Amino acid sequence: MYDFAFHRPTTVRQAAGLLARNPEAKLLAGGHSLLPVMKQRLASPSALIDLSLVEGLAGVEQKGRSIVIGAMTRHADVANSRVLQEVMPGLAMVPASIGDPQVRNRGTIGGSLANNDPNADYPAAVLGLGATIITNKRRIAADDFFTGLFSTALEEGEIITKVSFPIAKKAAYEKFKHPASGFALVGVFVSKRGSEIRVAVTGAGANGVFRVKSFEDALKKRFAAKSLEGMSIPATGLNSDIHGSAEYRAHLVGVLARRAVAKATA
Amino acid sequence: MSATGIGAAVRRKEDIRFVTGRGQYTDDIARPGETRAVFVRSPHARARIRQVDVSAAKNMPGVVDVLTGRQLAADKIGNLICGWMIHSKDGSPMKMAPHPALAAETVNFVGDPVAVVIAETVAQARDAAERVKVDYEVLPAVVDPAKARSGPQIHAVAPGNTIYEWALGDSKAVDAAFAAARHVTRLDIINNRLIPNAIEPRAALAEYDAGTDRLTLWNTSQNPHVARLVISAFVGLAPEHKLRVIAPDVGGGFGSKIFIYPEEVVCLWAARKLRRPVKWTAERSESFLADAHGRDHVTHAELALDAHGKILALRVKTIANLGAYMSTFSSSVPTYLYATLMSGQYDIPHIYCEVDAVYTNTVPVDAYRGAGRPEATFVVERLVEVAAREMGIDPAELRERNFIKSFPHQTPVIMTYDAGDYHASLKKAMELADVKGFNKRKRESARRGKLRGLGYSTYIEACGIAPSRAVGSLGCGVGLWESAEVRVNPTGTVEVLTGTHAHGQGHETTFAQLVSERLGIPIENVSVVHGDTDKVQFGMGTYGSRSAAVGMSALVKAIDKVIDKAKKVAAHMLEASEGDIEFKDGKFTVAGTDKSAAWGEVALNAYIAHKFAGQDLEPGLKETAFYDPTNFTFPAGCHICEVEVDAETGKTEIVNWTAVDDFGTVVNPMIVEGQVHGGIAQGVGQALLEGAVYDNNGQLVTGSLMDYTMPRAYDLPSFKVGLTETKSPSNPLGIKGCGEAGAIAAPAAVINAITDAIGSEDVSMPATAATVWAALQRVQPARRAAA
Ligand SMILES: Cc1cc2nc3c(=O)[nH]c(=O)nc-3n(C[C@H](O)[C@H](O)[C@H](O)COP(=O)(O)OP(=O)(O)OC[C@H]3O[C@@H](n4cnc5c(N)ncnc54)[C@H](O)[C@@H]3O)c2cc1C
Repeated sequence: MYDFAFHRPTTVRQAAGLLARNPEAKLLAGGHSLLPVMKQRLASPSALIDLSLVEGLAGVEQKGRSIVIGAMTRHADVANSRVLQEVMPGLAMVPASIGDPQVRNRGTIGGSLANNDPNADYPAAVLGLGATIITNKRRIAADDFFTGLFSTALEEGEIITKVSFPIAKKAAYEKFKHPASGFALVGVFVSKRGSEIRVAVTGAGANGVFRVKSFEDALKKRFAAKSLEGMSIPATGLNSDIHGSAEYRAHLVGVLARRAVAKATA
Repeated sequence: MSATGIGAAVRRKEDIRFVTGRGQYTDDIARPGETRAVFVRSPHARARIRQVDVSAAKNMPGVVDVLTGRQLAADKIGNLICGWMIHSKDGSPMKMAPHPALAAETVNFVGDPVAVVIAETVAQARDAAERVKVDYEVLPAVVDPAKARSGPQIHAVAPGNTIYEWALGDSKAVDAAFAAARHVTRLDIINNRLIPNAIEPRAALAEYDAGTDRLTLWNTSQNPHVARLVISAFVGLAPEHKLRVIAPDVGGGFGSKIFIYPEEVVCLWAARKLRRPVKWTAERSESFLADAHGRDHVTHAELALDAHGKILALRVKTIANLGAYMSTFSSSVPTYLYATLMSGQYDIPHIYCEVDAVYTNTVPVDAYRGAGRPEATFVVERLVEVAAREMGIDPAELRERNFIKSFPHQTPVIMTYDAGDYHASLKKAMELADVKGFNKRKRESARRGKLRGLGYSTYIEACGIAPSRAVGSLGCGVGLWESAEVRVNPTGTVEVLTGTHAHGQGHETTFAQLVSERLGIPIENVSVVHGDTDKVQFGMGTYGSRSAAVGMSALVKAIDKVIDKAKKVAAHMLEASEGDIEFKDGKFTVAGTDKSAAWGEVALNAYIAHKFAGQDLEPGLKETAFYDPTNFTFPAGCHICEVEVDAETGKTEIVNWTAVDDFGTVVNPMIVEGQVHGGIAQGVGQALLEGAVYDNNGQLVTGSLMDYTMPRAYDLPSFKVGLTETKSPSNPLGIKGCGEAGAIAAPAAVINAITDAIGSEDVSMPATAATVWAALQRVQPARRAAA
């Protein structure tokens, strides 16, 4: 790790101000993506702006027909949230599947989304539910948020404050773990909210999370695993590495989508 | 059996220290004025070093010095060596290339150390290491052992990158047997390359005392005396009496800490040069790059059988990748620790095994838990299983038909098996595993869309390494006996000094159990000292499941000597003749009388020496013994693995594991069970998860735990563990050793189970979900076509 300055603002405004004054600075949430790359000397921010003392950034709340999760809410707190277990347990499956207890007790939803690791779990849920990312400046629809590998629509100095998930009657996540890292080799999130059906895939795409239109169309006829029988997606544009070929990932997308739908309709 | 003697499941004495964080590992030791070393390593698999510019680095804050390979050469520091000579079929000696501790002219693998930065803190050393400018001329590299012959030549001494072309057995007899065979089973096998990953990374701390002109090295070694010998006699840093090597608490080795590595040599050299202690502790990513890897064989194997499934002959051809340089014992692993086990548990009349060892631009490969024997077991147990399937004979039945049933048994590949009962372990394992109920379970799995399979591995290994004369005749540069010293204190407490070294095995408990039983004293009154060349005179260390079989045998001899001497002291005290003294349960008595003396009284008398004159009996109570085993020991057993494969994803779940092992005498069943569990976990790791991958440019793709899959608790079922017992006749306690069995047995059991489940032999290790799924894709169209 190289030297850096350390700031601990107590409001989003202060944090934004610090970011504006230090263009080489980085926000620090759970640190479980940022600190490892700093330790490997692959990132060298001039300053870290720790969000952990900022009031009001953590918590899971039901607001009307939405679940609103503060950016600094730890994975474990989302996974164990009572309201969420009641109104949309499918969403809780996502943070519950992340890493190990240490990671879940530190890592945050805001950090995960800002980071947009192509194998991360949360992006599947955000896109798979059509959530809205709320920042200190604006609201960004899930469909516009994820722009590629480790890249998002966030602009310089923009801070995620919360994420609003519409409550879907049926929702579930099915993850096939990367054998070594435990991230998603492939993860599929499915949801049905009225007539809106979403199928989002993480881990497989060379450009990160994506929706599967053909599956969504098939599920529109009937939201049942059977509707996806025998379906998979083309392997072109999917990741291929020592842990799985593009063909394997394409195949898994079909298998996991069927299993997720089965879970959501169980 | 006493409550703390041989056979008792005594809780490990050392665990209080370890689980409360009070262990003292090399990195925990701090010396006044200590500096920290960081190595500059090659980012290229093969390159010529044009120039190393250290000027910018030297000016960085906190930097004490920056040293390079050229300086090391100028100081005439010797090369690292491989200590086991192997001769090729044509009689020529193996081609050992020079291995300097810091590369001066060429680098030969990614991670090859080029320079070292010594600074006041690690962070400063790391900052400065980034400023060392190495000008490389990058050269083409070769990483695939199967292509090594035609690759660019790495070392001048080794044309075709060939280290040796060795063979064992009678090829003519084997050819004749194959010609007469009714059935031949053929397999192409890749024994995947593994990265050891002991939980404590390697470390070294070197200190020079100018007053006594003595060097001290604390290091993570499984065999500190061997380290001292090599560093003295070959590297030439200091004569043995001027070098002390201390291996304090060591957090796991699995073979990877047997070897003498560049970093410890460099720390010693630098400490003396700079007159400051120098400490280096590997980072995990350095461990991936620079610890010796294991396995890495490419093999073609053939088994010849008659119409009844009786094995007639075995023919094996292996290419073994030894990496960029020859590590300390690397030459022996694919030869005398491999081909000699090719007979398995079977009566095989003729065996021929050829092994070509090659250099590649990868980190050296050397012994890793099991060392050669897992590779051999995998070849034999896969062949036998596949042969049974091809011939339509039950795999257990085919094994039974071929088991060796009388002992001693001379195999065609050097070994003389001295004791065993292979039928007993197979039968017991089949019962514990409920093999009878397997078909029912398979149908039940099928109902859930899962493919169930069962695989056997009736393995054998050669442990208790090793009779010195035998290994000497095979080219080993050292003898493999062990030493023990028993020091009885005047109050009767005991210190045992052993030349073995514990790095997780629990010697502080098991060795004390033996003393407690033999001397009839509480186990708390015994402490075990190891890992310090100033305290223990000499010893060969711990590997090859040798510590109990060889080390405790030496201890038996030393205890016997102590008892003999104590009897003499007791005879003086009790005014009886020595022949009338009996010793039992910690008490000396005179036969036919009620006169007695307790252990502690005799110990005290031995030291105060009031009762005897100096001529016939020396004061004191301390004895040393060296023990050289008469043969290897041959632990063997049967592991049965049952898996369920998810046909849709290819994911394998191990649903049952049964291990029945014959380790001879068991000193501590709890510790033995732990060794079995750990061994199976490592074997399952090899079979399902682990595999080191270099890309074609020699970059290590699996360079961290994000890409290299170590087994986790959730990958493993609860094990059913059982024992059978035939005592080893080659040591006084009848011990065979248990440290490697699981890792040796497991891979074949897992792959036999998966291939049974999916109906295809076409599965390589690691059998990840993606691999098994791909295999399923290859068989399913064929099946559909057949249907
Ligand atoms: C061993 C291990 C296993 C893991 N396994 C998984 C897994 O299975 N699945 C998975 O999805 N993830 C996994 N992770 C990643 C984990 O979930 C991370 O915690 C998460 O991706 C990042 O969240 P964080 O709070 O730690 O963010 P940090 O590391 O603190 O920050 C990450 C990035 O986001 C930025 N950032 C943080 N907060 C905000 C904000 N509010 N607004 C704007 N930018 C912000 C930071 O500046 C930084 O660039 C694992 C991590 C580890 C170490």
